[in-house]
Amino acid sequence: MCRLFALTSRDPISPMLAINALNTMKEGHDGSGVGLCLRGLGGRFEEELQGCPILSGIFTEAGLRRLEQYTMDHGFKSQYSILYTPETEPPEGTPVRGTYAAIAYKVPKGWKELTPEQQGQKLVQMRLDLRRMGEDDGDIMVFSFWPDTIIVKEVGDPLEIGEWLQLGSNRNLYARHILAQGRQNTNYAINLYACHPFFIEGIATMTNGENTAFIPIKEYLQSRNVTGYSGYQSDSEVFTHIAHYTTKRLGLDISAYKHIITPLMDHEMADHPDREFLATLKRSCRKMIIDGPNCVIGTLDDGSMFMVQDRKKLRPGIVGGKDGIYAFSSEVCGIDAVIPDRDKSKDFQPMHLDTVIVGPDCKEIQTCSQKDQLPRQL
Amino acid sequence: MLTERPITPSTLGVKDLDWQIKWDKELCTQCGRCTTVCPVNAIELGVFRKREIITPAGLLKKAENKHTVFYGIRQKTDPAYGCIGCSMCNMVCPNNAIRPERAEGSTTQKFHNDRGGNPRTRGGRRNSGESLLDQIKFMRISMLTDPALDAGRHEFRLNTLLGRVQSPEESLKTYQEHGWKPPVREIYPLVIGGMSFGAMSPNMWEGLQMGVAYLNEELNMPVRISTGEGGCPPRLLRSRFLKYVILQIASGYFGWDEIIHAIPEMKVDPCAIEIKYGQGAKPGDGGLLMWYKVNKLIAAIRGVPERVSLPSPPTHQTQYSIEESVAKMIQSMSMAWGFRVPVYPKISASSTSLAVLNNLTRNPYAAGLAIDGEDGGTGAAYNVSMNHMGHPIASNLRDCYNALVVTGKQNELPLIAGGGIGKSGNLAANAAALIMLGASAVQVGKYVMQAGAGCLGSEKDRCNVCNIGVCPKGITSQDPRLYRRLDPEKVAERVVDFYLSFDTEIKKIIAPLGRSTSLPIGMSDALGISDRDAADRLGIKYVV
Repeated sequence: MCRLFALTSRDPISPMLAINALNTMKEGHDGSGVGLCLRGLGGRFEEELQGCPILSGIFTEAGLRRLEQYTMDHGFKSQYSILYTPETEPPEGTPVRGTYAAIAYKVPKGWKELTPEQQGQKLVQMRLDLRRMGEDDGDIMVFSFWPDTIIVKEVGDPLEIGEWLQLGSNRNLYARHILAQGRQNTNYAINLYACHPFFIEGIATMTNGENTAFIPIKEYLQSRNVTGYSGYQSDSEVFTHIAHYTTKRLGLDISAYKHIITPLMDHEMADHPDREFLATLKRSCRKMIIDGPNCVIGTLDDGSMFMVQDRKKLRPGIVGGKDGIYAFSSEVCGIDAVIPDRDKSKDFQPMHLDTVIVGPDCKEIQTCSQKDQLPRQL
Repeated sequence: MLTERPITPSTLGVKDLDWQIKWDKELCTQCGRCTTVCPVNAIELGVFRKREIITPAGLLKKAENKHTVFYGIRQKTDPAYGCIGCSMCNMVCPNNAIRPERAEGSTTQKFHNDRGGNPRTRGGRRNSGESLLDQIKFMRISMLTDPALDAGRHEFRLNTLLGRVQSPEESLKTYQEHGWKPPVREIYPLVIGGMSFGAMSPNMWEGLQMGVAYLNEELNMPVRISTGEGGCPPRLLRSRFLKYVILQIASGYFGWDEIIHAIPEMKVDPCAIEIKYGQGAKPGDGGLLMWYKVNKLIAAIRGVPERVSLPSPPTHQTQYSIEESVAKMIQSMSMAWGFRVPVYPKISASSTSLAVLNNLTRNPYAAGLAIDGEDGGTGAAYNVSMNHMGHPIASNLRDCYNALVVTGKQNELPLIAGGGIGKSGNLAANAAALIMLGASAVQVGKYVMQAGAGCLGSEKDRCNVCNIGVCPKGITSQDPRLYRRLDPEKVAERVVDFYLSFDTEIKKIIAPLGRSTSLPIGMSDALGISDRDAADRLGIKYVV
């Protein structure tokens, strides 16, 4: 089972904090991969490059040249890049790939006239184009292309990779919202695109466990005609896309997400104040019902972070912290490593009906049960 | 046969018959029950003359003939009276002295089943033991990291939806605007398929209805039953139990005068309306109730004269084309119940199924599509239609589901599969395979007769006389002397029994696959088969 760890903080913090926390849960992941999603970036990205889309990925030299050509063709000009080409030997099991890059771009002329939806579509399409360009030779791998977002993925032990890539030494990589996953590869061959977290248009999630309803959900999402509902090297990518579909396409609040992936049973719904709405959702979103065992941790584009469990609550998951910083973790030892001085009595382990949300202000843990009345959705 | 007797082309010996009666003289009590019970008069009292040659010792006296007579059973060799293998003779025999045996090597009778130029008609199924569904295995078992679920202890949601389910965007818009939303029923995924009042005896129908009511009201299983084309008894139409019933209308419109007139008096809406365009057992053929079964009661419910054969036309005569027919009938039927009742067509599996489906996806009132495969059963049809016409259900259903996936409507238009589910007794496994290939629900008929009422039909051409009203078990007969053999209470008990065992078995299939929160419709990655071509065709895994 993979181990998950996420931090949400009022001030930018080092991604190594999350990686160290993952290391305390080391018996739970086998070093077959690590994924990091950094949002709410500090440093230059915040000070000078607000709103600039950032491309993150791994490139060979040839790949970088092709990238430059492609972005220039589309009118994007590189503003600032963090390019890191390790000179030391990679840790055992990690291949030599080339340059790990996070490049912020100046948008082309006329960009501002586009609606936010059109801008989003363009960025997703460009990410997909670049990914496709690199598929044959492996010279280009892109994980995200979005403002205020950096994603790092690599095969290997999280701590060794983190140190090898020197993630803690560059203050421009400090972030307010960090998702980190230590991967236990189970079902599929090791593939970087299968590493969590997954990202689409401001929404990132990571999951542990197996998604037994993967194929019908995947087929359903692929048939939604949404650019970016593709890939699916991992059965967990659908959780990100369902969160995207819930919030962006249906315009619902994240508290409705749980009602889509694990709807209430009819008898539980019978005296619910929103029963008509919930019944509508349950039927029309039936193909997105998950079957666990899964714990999903995600972050939204407003900077809030959430955790939900599958209907049978077959995976561990705990949220705890203090004013200004909160951690979402598979195991409590992860939180202990980063926020030892919190009030542990306030730690919360969401059960089969709960959604835990920590807002961008990092003030408190909000919990909502599926039995509670929902905020007005439409 | 005496040597001077003329031999006609249809003169057969017992050896030529499909079913041969084995009778034991020593055990026979000569009570006569077997000859009385035989539904086709295949056996009669036989007076057998026997010569014994008495040969005394020595040469003085000549040998003598001694003639004796004994009584027993004689099997008729006239093909018109061919034994059907029902084995009722054995069931009533106090000493187990008689039984029919299938003679696999004897095929002559088959060539003489068309006396008077009338090809053979019968009831039953395709008479083929092969079943692709039986070959499908469920092989994506959750192991180790992601434990399989406990079929006995976890909560399972097996119910499915019948009706047009709007897309998430549409449904939220409808919710917001308080608009009309298509009616959707939450039902149990195993539906009792259309077997008409007329095809079935009153006792059988009553037993089925009681079983269904018990499952719903006592066991909280929303099981639904289709009427088939033959109307519905007036009291049921006006009872609260109508909500468990899917009313079927077919090309003969039998019984619909009664139904339409009952609408104002209905206490509840029916579950759904099924418009039958085709039947898997005899695609392109209409329903058929032969005159033997059209007694006073049946004639009254169907609104026809007594003792006339009732062949429904192959198509609905009032419309030009299937597109128009489907659209107009769905509209009319929806309107009759104020757009509160799902209306869906049922067709024979055919290479034209996709055309119908594509048409339905663009019709906002279409509530689903039921597809009936070649292994479906029927009460009466030509043997040739049953054996040689039709399309297997598995690939037809799969094609339709895949077509829905391409258009993104796989949750909107439920597919209901039928035809041969449980034909070898593997009801839950066959149903689960079809559900994972894309069916939202399955329909069974023949299995219900076999498990619910002890129908003797098999894939070896056993019995199969549903068409002429002589069903020895009283299931498909309209003769009170026959159907009183069937106790409706016991039928109801059996229906409940097989539903409960189906429920347990389906959980035993989906729990190891890690599924419990929703019916695994379209979970094709769970399926495997050891036939590479079948695997390719169905898009499932090839496993050996």
